[in-house]
Parts: sequence; structure tokens; C-alpha cells
Amino acid sequence: MATSITAVDAPGDLPAAGRRPRGWRGLPVIRQLRQSVGLQRGMLVAGLILTGIFLLTALFAPLLAPYEFNQLRDAAGSFGAQQAPSSEHWLGTTVGGYDVLSRVIWGTRTALYVIVAAVLMSIVIGVLLGLVAGYFGGWLDRVLVVVADAIYAFPSLLLAIVVGIVLNGGESSLRGGIMAAALSITVIFVPQYLRVVRAETVRIKAEAYVESARVIGASNWRIMTRHVFRNATRTLPLIVTLNASEAILTLAGLGFLGFGIEPTAAAEWGYDLQKALSDVTSGIWWTSLFPGLAIVLVVMGLTLVGESLNDLADPRLRTRRRGPATPADVAETSVVPGSPAADSSDLDHGKGSL
Amino acid sequence: MTATPARDVVGIENLSVTFATDAGDVDAVRDVSLTVGAGEVLAIVGESGSGKTVTARSILGLLPETALTRGAILLTSKDGDETHDVVTLSRRDLGDVRGRDAAMVFQEPSTALNPVFPVGWQIAEGLRAHGAYSRKEARAKAIDVLRRVGIPNPEERVDHYPHQFSGGQKQRIVIAQALALDPGVIIADEPTTALDVTVQAEILDLLRRCRDEFGTAIVLITHNMGVVADLADRVAVMYQGRIVEQADVRTLFSAPVDEYTRQLLGSVPRLGEGRARTADRATARAAGWQEATPVVEARDLRIVYPGRLRQPDFVAVDGVSFAIRPGEVLGLVGESGSGKTTIGRAIAGLTRVTGGSLTVHGAEMNGMKERAFRPLRERIGFVFQDPASSFNPLLTIADAVAEPLVVHKRAKNPQEARGRVDELLEAVQLPKSFGDRFPHELSGGQRQRASLARALALDPELLIADEPTSALDVSVQKRVLELFDELQRELGFACLFISHDLAVVDLLADRIAVLYKGELVEEGIGEQVLGAPQHPYTQRLLASLPVPDPDEQARRRAQWDRLR
Repeated sequence: MATSITAVDAPGDLPAAGRRPRGWRGLPVIRQLRQSVGLQRGMLVAGLILTGIFLLTALFAPLLAPYEFNQLRDAAGSFGAQQAPSSEHWLGTTVGGYDVLSRVIWGTRTALYVIVAAVLMSIVIGVLLGLVAGYFGGWLDRVLVVVADAIYAFPSLLLAIVVGIVLNGGESSLRGGIMAAALSITVIFVPQYLRVVRAETVRIKAEAYVESARVIGASNWRIMTRHVFRNATRTLPLIVTLNASEAILTLAGLGFLGFGIEPTAAAEWGYDLQKALSDVTSGIWWTSLFPGLAIVLVVMGLTLVGESLNDLADPRLRTRRRGPATPADVAETSVVPGSPAADSSDLDHGKGSL
Repeated sequence: MTATPARDVVGIENLSVTFATDAGDVDAVRDVSLTVGAGEVLAIVGESGSGKTVTARSILGLLPETALTRGAILLTSKDGDETHDVVTLSRRDLGDVRGRDAAMVFQEPSTALNPVFPVGWQIAEGLRAHGAYSRKEARAKAIDVLRRVGIPNPEERVDHYPHQFSGGQKQRIVIAQALALDPGVIIADEPTTALDVTVQAEILDLLRRCRDEFGTAIVLITHNMGVVADLADRVAVMYQGRIVEQADVRTLFSAPVDEYTRQLLGSVPRLGEGRARTADRATARAAGWQEATPVVEARDLRIVYPGRLRQPDFVAVDGVSFAIRPGEVLGLVGESGSGKTTIGRAIAGLTRVTGGSLTVHGAEMNGMKERAFRPLRERIGFVFQDPASSFNPLLTIADAVAEPLVVHKRAKNPQEARGRVDELLEAVQLPKSFGDRFPHELSGGQRQRASLARALALDPELLIADEPTSALDVSVQKRVLELFDELQRELGFACLFISHDLAVVDLLADRIAVLYKGELVEEGIGEQVLGAPQHPYTQRLLASLPVPDPDEQARRRAQWDRLR
């Protein structure tokens, strides 16, 4: 692989061999960003900005948040419950007496942990099973597909709840809670990865380059890792971004239903929303608005990135940049000024071209 | 040519087409001017990417949204009353013009027809789009036009679905669809490329009748010079988006003016060219060669694909016997479905042998286990048909060529094998630096040469080449075939060369075997098989092969008519 990226304009880049434009411009998201134009670019940029804010907030949560997520009092005494936004508590306090702003900021960390854990686990398991099922086929393939279909048949939230109960049995520490949430999301996502990778594998298995590897005498393991794996997983970044937003929604749903993480262990938006449920009727808007907004913005950011990556990956959906001298609608309007010319002067034209 | 009125059905003036792509604008057609007279067959010839299809499709306004068209395309209706400039027409007016003034025949008949509707319905659909036809009238008209394109028993078959017709019949139906509204011009985009030669001859015959009986002008797009010689009145040669030469068909073939045209005509393989070479090779062989143990020997070889639910088994190869001796090139010729590829795959261990006996390097393939066969694989090379898909798009050419060396432990990793890889690339006349490129950065011919390098990496005693040049342009094909011949003489490997093109096989093979419906109908040295064919199928195959010479082709056509 090292030989493949020798003469590139940016030295020391990641080994993104095989991407078309080499160097840093060939990295997945950056390549699409450079490729996109118009509305698609707007969508992608908006999504990337939202996602970027989310990631930065999660990274610098200890610096950004004025208080700890489970802090109820400071030097000046207890915060007090359901306090309206003020200079001490910019977004007010919750019914439990926590600072809303701090909870929202710390919540990004929890969300990020869960996304990373869930997506990583489901990719590893799903890709492995998909490769094996697609490549070898037979009874193993059939069993895996049936199981995946059975999982599809369950409402995902219900399944997540069941898995959550089975896994942590009421435990609610930070790691336990996150792992439970991540695992229950994993169970829902594995079938998706399995199906996508399996379908790709079945297609690639029939490609001439796999046959040519077989003719050479390469072992199944070598064919799977060297030829099938990397070609079958090219579409995964798209599913990952879309799944990440789905993972947040599932996590919030679990928290909202009371199967999430306790407030003393970590900040979690779904849990906060549920606690704020009764506040809404009594005119206390700040406890529900901000966690809700956080969920909406993060999901929207990830979805925008995912959707526009999806569109850009499909040449039929991708809009292209036109040359400066060629406005987009010339073909529809006219080139020969005054289109009735065609009726009168066809003879001259016919002769002229001979 | 029938008496041509001084009227043009199509007049293209200064047409330029630009496509917006990821890599910026691409000029597909540059400043092309053409005319097509009524009842005339104009052939547009060129290699892939020359802009011939884009030019022809623009006559019908069938370009994708990313295309920008400049210039004028004047389309006159058959009776000469109306002329439209297709470039400026609105979408709705375009719909009126399509089918009525100009119609299209596509390359692949099996995808041009909708599989869920009866063919009669599909023909009637076009009729109803253009005028007040009652259901009954439309049906009657569909039956009529089906009869005229030579579908037997059209009253019954009008209700049949596309899958109930053969490939050639489907193409007839597509032509019927185009003829239904009696357009002034038919644009036929590679109408016979997807068909076997014997069927191709019939379709060309039909197109000729279209011109003679319906008075329809035809714009024929093709890369096959034989087809041009057979059908065209006038020829326009396109190269890189421009027309380099336009001439009467006889003038073009006898006295080509442009350098490119001459080169194009020179690279078309002709029957009989290979005889001298074969004779050379035969004399150069050491005595006792005939008695050497064959590399591959098949006796009553039978390969059956099990049928799916309630369908009978499909017998792909039925009782075939042949042998390939060391250093010998056996050409295997046949139409699609004749089982020639299956035999090649069986020798490489990709397809299971179900009956008879097939020995490869002394090992019996009937009942062979993959594990036991694997060590033998390093003595077999395989070149695949489509160079575009036979390379892993994520590996560099050097990595791909090094793969057999690594798999068979001649090198630890691709880097270590690089020396040998460079040697191989040089042997197939590719610059060493190409090793660092990815497959998509190479042209088709370059890729096929790299594919040859990979097949030869382990110095195999047997090479199986499955239609190695059928996806390439003629000029590229010629160079690949020459290279192949050179390497074969130098390295002396035995070879099974599979092709549907008799002329290509003739060029390379010591012996030729003709397959027909899974059976070996004729086998012998090139002179016997091509010079004095015994089996009626071989005779038909030979006669239906169009040659790139209009006068010679006219004679052959007459002969073919007799054989039919």
C-alpha cells in the first residue's frame, strides 16, 4: 500500500490509498465537500457546522460548562429548583435543582460516547457477519438473514428496552448506562450493516477480480480480506452518519422512558426531558426547551451530513459545476436566435453544410 | 441506393455537445456537420469515446441533462412538409417529433423492451402517443409491422412477452417499434453488437429491407467495419468528437484519405491473415511434438448446470473431446451460449465438471477438490474478458500483478515482488511507472495488457484467454493480439483462446475448434476449418461474418442467402 501514495502534494497524510484525488483532498468528507455545489453544498456545510459544534462541545465540555452535570450547590449554597434563567444560571435550573446549561453541555459527551460505542460495535459485528454470510452463503447465510429479519420485525425502541433491562438490570452507572444504551442500539443496527455488507459481498463475489484471485489460487481468507472487504465497505460512511443520528434518538427515547442513565452518573437529554414533562404545563419552558433543542440540532446536523453524502455518492443525484461560459439552461432556450428560422430557411442550411 | 431525392431528412450544422462532469466540462462533439438524405444509410464509425453515439442521440434530443448542445439539428418529416430544429424544440414538441420523424433502435434488445408488457402493447403504445388509434387499429397495425419485420405468426405472437423471443427476434421487434409510425429516419445505435454473427447478418438484412421497402433513412452507428461495408451508402468517420472523413462507402474502403481512417481500416482483422503465421509456427516445432503429453485433454466432457425449480437442467457442454499440446494455441469459436466460456472456466477449476473426463496438467478435474487443485493453479494463467472489472479497483496495478507471486510464496509482499512486476510490465510493453497507477487510470487496452502480465507472472504452461479483446476497440485489439502472439512465441505456453470472432481466432490459433450448442462440430487447423468448412454450421458462421470490403461483402451476402 505504501507504494501507492508516493507522489502526493501533501506529505504525511493518512493512508487513504485508493481514493481518487490523492492527499488530504481525498479524505472522505473533504472530497465530497470539494465536489459539491449549490444546495447540496449548503446542506453539507450546514450539517458539518452543526456536527462540528457538537463534537467541539463534547470535547471541551469541562471548560465550557459552568458547573458539573450533577452539581446541586456551589459556594453560595443550593441552586434551587426550577429557577428561571439568570446571570448565575443562564438557562435556569431543573426540577431536580441542576443547572440546565451544564446538563445540556455535558449531555453532548454522553451522546458522543453512546454513538461511538454503538456504531463501532455494530460495524465490527455487522461487517464480519455480513462478509461471512455473503461470501460463503449456505445455511449460515440463511440463518443470519432470518435472524436479522426477525430483529427488523420488532419495534426498535421496545427491543432496546428489553436489551437494556437484560444487560444492566437496573444498574445505572456511567459506564453501565452507556454500555447498555450502546448495546441495545447495536442490536438494532447490526442487521442493517449485515444486510448492506452481505448484499455488496454477494455482488462483489461475482466480479471478475474475485474470480481472477480464485484462479490465481488465493485462499478464501485472502480474497475476503484483500478483495471483498474494502470494496464491500465503501458505502458504510453513509450509513454510519445516518445511524449516528438514529442512535441519539434511541438514546433519548430510552432516557425519556426511564431506562437511561441516572442524573448522578451522567447528563442525558432524554432523562432531562422526561423530568421536565410536568414543568411545561406550569409555564416553565426552559427545562424542556434546551435539551430538546440539543437533540434536534445534533440529529439534524448528522442527518444533513448523511443525506448529502448519500446524494453526492450517487452520480445521478449529484449536481455538477458548470463551466463559467455555459449557463445551465441554454439548451432549453435557444441558440439560433428566433426559433421559427428553422421553418423558412432549411433549404439554405441543408446546402450550406455540404 | 434507391433514387435519392435532393432532400435531406437530417441536417446537422456545427453541432457541439459539452458534458458537465466532476472533472469539469468535456467536449464530446466538436463542430460536426452532417446530412442524411432520404432513404440513405449513413454510417457513423469511430472508436469508443469518439462522439458517434452522442451525435446520433442528439438528433432525437436524447442527451442527459448534463449535456449542453450548440448548433442546429434540422429534422425534416418524411413527406418533407415540416422541418424542426431539435436543439430549440420544447420538451413537448420533441415528444411529437420522436417516433414520427425519427426513431431509435438501441444496442441491447433485451433491455430496450419492457419485460412486463406484451410486445404488441409496446408497439401500440408508441402509436397511441402520436394519434387517435383505437385499441383495435393499434393492434392491427402492430401485427402488420411485426409481420413486415419477419416475426412468424404475428397474430399470435403479438400477445407474447419479450422473454418468449430470442435475441434476434427481440431486435426485430425493437425495429418494428421504430418503424411503426413510418419515420423518415431510424437511428440505429450499434444494432447488432449484442448479437451473434449469424443473427447479425439477418438483422442487417432486415435493416436493408427497411430502407428499400419503407424508404427509411438509417443513421447507423457502429464500430464494426464489416457491418459498414455490408449496409452503408455513405460513411462518416469520427475521431475525438470531430468528423475526420466523410465519403461514399466504396471510396472510403478503397481510397481512405485521412490518416486515422487508414489506420482504422488497417487494424481490422481479416480472415486468412493468420495462415502464414500458423504455417511458420508449424515448421518451427521440434519433431515428436505431436506425441507429447497434452497439457489439457478432454474426453466426452459434459458440463451441466442444474436447473432451478421445475426447470430442466441446462447442458452447457455435451460430449466434447479435444486436446491442447504443449506450446499449441487452440482457438475455440462459438456463439453466445455455445459453452465455450464454460469449457475455459472448467479448465481453470471455476466450474464443476459433471461428466466425462477433463485432465489438466495430468490431474483429473472430474470430482477435483479445490484444495488439491490449488497447487496446480500456478501453472495456469487466465485472462478475463472485461479488463474493466478484472482488477480490484482499490489495488495498484503493481499490487495486482504481484498477487500471484505473493499467493504462491514466490515473494513475501508486493514490494518484494516489484522487480519481477516491472519485468512483466515491460514484457507487455507498459512503462514501469504504470505499476503505481490504479486500474481506472489506465485505458482498456492498457488494462488488458496488465491483465496479461498478471496471467503470465508465474510463467504458466497453460494460458486461458476468454474473449480477451472483445471489449476493446479494433486498433487497440490489433496491438493486444500482436503482443499476445509475440509473447506466445517467446514463452511457448500452450493456450486456449476463446473468441466469438473467427478473424481474431484465425490470427492466433494453430488449430480451431467450433462449438455449437455445447457440441464440438468441427476441429482442425485454420486452413481446413476456414478454407473448406465441412459442417453446415461452420459454413453459415463463415458466410455471415461481414468483411470490411463492400464489393467482397456483396458477394458473400449472396452466398449467405443461398445457405439460409
